Amino acid sequence: MPLEKIRKGAWAMKSILKGLVGVSVLALSAGAASAATLDDVKSRDALKCGVSQGLPGFSNPDSDGNWSGLDVDLCKAVAAAIFDDASKVEYVPLSAKERFTALQSGEVDLLSRNTTWTMSRDTQLGLNFSVVNYYDGQGFMVRSSMGISSALQLSGAAICTNTGTTTELNVADYFRANNMDYELVAFEKADEVVAAYDAGRCDVYTTDQSGIYAQRLKLTNPDEHKVLPEVISKEPLGPAVRQGDDQWLNIVKWVHFAMVEAEESGVTQGNAEEMKGSDNPNIKRLLGTEGEFGTAIGLENDWGYRIIKHVGNYGEAFARNVGPDTPLKIARGQNALWSNGGLQYAPPIR
Amino acid sequence: MAVTTAGESAPRVALLNDPKIRAWIVQILLLVVLVWLTYVGIQNMFANLQAANIASGFGFLNRNAGFAISQSLLEYDQATSTFGRVFFVGLINTLLVSAVGIVIATILGFVVGIARLSQNWVVSRIATVYIETLRNIPLLLQIFVWYFAVLRLLPGRRDSLDMGFLGQLNISGWYAPKPVYGDGINLVLGALVIAIVAIFFISRWARKRQEQTGETFPVFWTSVGLFVGLPLIAYFIAGMPLSFEYPEQGNFGPRGGARIYPEFIGLLLALSFYTGAFIAEIVRAGILGVNKGQTEASHALGLRNGPTLRLVIVPQALRIIIPPLTSQYLNLTKNSSLAVAIAYPDLVSVFAGTALNQTGQAVEILMMTMLTYLVLSLLISAFMNWYNAKMALVER
Ligand SMILES: N[C@@H](CCC(=O)N[C@@H](CS)C(=O)NCC(=O)O)C(=O)O
Repeated sequence: MPLEKIRKGAWAMKSILKGLVGVSVLALSAGAASAATLDDVKSRDALKCGVSQGLPGFSNPDSDGNWSGLDVDLCKAVAAAIFDDASKVEYVPLSAKERFTALQSGEVDLLSRNTTWTMSRDTQLGLNFSVVNYYDGQGFMVRSSMGISSALQLSGAAICTNTGTTTELNVADYFRANNMDYELVAFEKADEVVAAYDAGRCDVYTTDQSGIYAQRLKLTNPDEHKVLPEVISKEPLGPAVRQGDDQWLNIVKWVHFAMVEAEESGVTQGNAEEMKGSDNPNIKRLLGTEGEFGTAIGLENDWGYRIIKHVGNYGEAFARNVGPDTPLKIARGQNALWSNGGLQYAPPIR
Repeated sequence: MAVTTAGESAPRVALLNDPKIRAWIVQILLLVVLVWLTYVGIQNMFANLQAANIASGFGFLNRNAGFAISQSLLEYDQATSTFGRVFFVGLINTLLVSAVGIVIATILGFVVGIARLSQNWVVSRIATVYIETLRNIPLLLQIFVWYFAVLRLLPGRRDSLDMGFLGQLNISGWYAPKPVYGDGINLVLGALVIAIVAIFFISRWARKRQEQTGETFPVFWTSVGLFVGLPLIAYFIAGMPLSFEYPEQGNFGPRGGARIYPEFIGLLLALSFYTGAFIAEIVRAGILGVNKGQTEASHALGLRNGPTLRLVIVPQALRIIIPPLTSQYLNLTKNSSLAVAIAYPDLVSVFAGTALNQTGQAVEILMMTMLTYLVLSLLISAFMNWYNAKMALVER
């Protein structure tokens, strides 16, 4: 276990240094947020995408260093829209703690890392959120053998979690509101949280429910743990970009909407080519056979077609990465299309 | 310096050519440029922060933090405590693990350093293996190993080991009995202070007497007697004003009592053993640096090995040992910032980590954190320099 982690570079000082580099970039660069991110990405011929350090289903590298996941698919879709090539992405793994500084300082162009959209993050960090690619909420996991059936029985428990997350704050609110006390054991890296919980240091593991399902797979005996029914917060997870570059914000926003729109109109990776011949005006505008929607955001008109051809629609990405046929076995729930009773809704392309 | 006799004046030189004045001018110019650069840098930074719409300023220090911290020696309540308080909680946790770590590492270093020079083959081999292994494994790895070893060793939260009057022990740490002070505890504390003062004067008097007459006085045992005896007498006179609160059984294991957290223990052990290995080498070098003739002379005077080491070798070796020891102390303090890896709430973890992330004010928080480490390092250096000067050879 540990050697592996050293290689992953867990040095705390290193992360301070990273922060410092970020800060000094902020201090010394002439104009902090260089306006045209799209131009930078094009001239670099790669999109720098900030992802997690390994969260199965969302952003996770395999043994060959190939990244996959729902958040990774958003990176790929943006790259596909720009380059007509979903592989032109440089993934930058970031801990919860490092992620915002990395985006602010320009180390990444786009943060796509199970990050909750909150008002303070949207308004005080010089960042912009715009879409939610996964509606989530915070939950608790405990050992089944403890005989606990509700989070309200957790007074006095030791709770393991990640630092620098909304999780820390929600748990504080929840326990305070219910007049319960707890002991917080907060690690920087998700792997240590899991290891400490697995070793029995904590009674409870808490994070976004999606994260719980993903991290549970890393436990010695995943079946001996259960997720409590309470969901104590709203965790709308979505991509973030720097403020001051509206074009770039639009690109990221509409790439996500295009994926949702494609699912709604029945355009899939398999039939995208064929759908180019469709008479449906919605599909024509999406795939760029009609209108100038691509050029309006600085891309080619077939931007939508490129996304679906390389990555697929939202439903496909969901099913492939976190859906019922994956180890995570997550139902669509709130992430179903609005027309199926969920919250995923894309404004019209017109 | 040139000697000038009265009446004879030094040859006149142009002011600019006077090397002294020149040096001053250069220094002042340099300083002006430096201050100016810093000023421009900071100006630019705040302008950039504003342009990027990133909040700045120190107002956040008065805002509620809203997150919990496990180990805190200060009063800390997640609902009402501010980010300013988080800073101090983190700082004190850093100071605590560093201070205790320095003490243990020093003791360990001296014991192992001397052991490595031992004539006993087994002892010196063990010391060598310890030093060579620990010095060559990255500290972060050692921290993980110690922490998870500590966790593995201890029983589960619900199967605490009951240690009777010592409290309970489990994977969440040691739930030690917590002292509860009653009325009259001041008498006991007073007695303790008196004992310490008395010990100080007795040892001074004993040293003087020995210098003058050569007679020794059992200072050590007298001190122990005073230190334990006086407060004990006061304790009974005051009607035993000290009781202990024991942890009780809760739903998830023991609750209450004074807690020693496994994160603290893991970090402390890793820092002490790692730094101890370096100190051992410094001690060995220091002892080898004392001329062998000193040992022989001491033996010739009839001193045995123990007193020779204590009275002749170590005091001289200390002069060689202290300067490099200082940098080990600095290293240990700075290395304690690896704490976040195992959830020990030190300054870097709770302030430059959690607080930074919750407020997003990287610039202010990192500046405060760096400044704090700088001040800490300077204080340690200053103290060690003073100690070094005190130990320096006094020619008589
Ligand atoms: N959504 C929350 C929590 C995000 C978070 O960092 N969760 C952890 C626990 S699931 C994580 O992603 N760990 C993976 C990693 O650090 O690589 C937030 O934005 O603050």
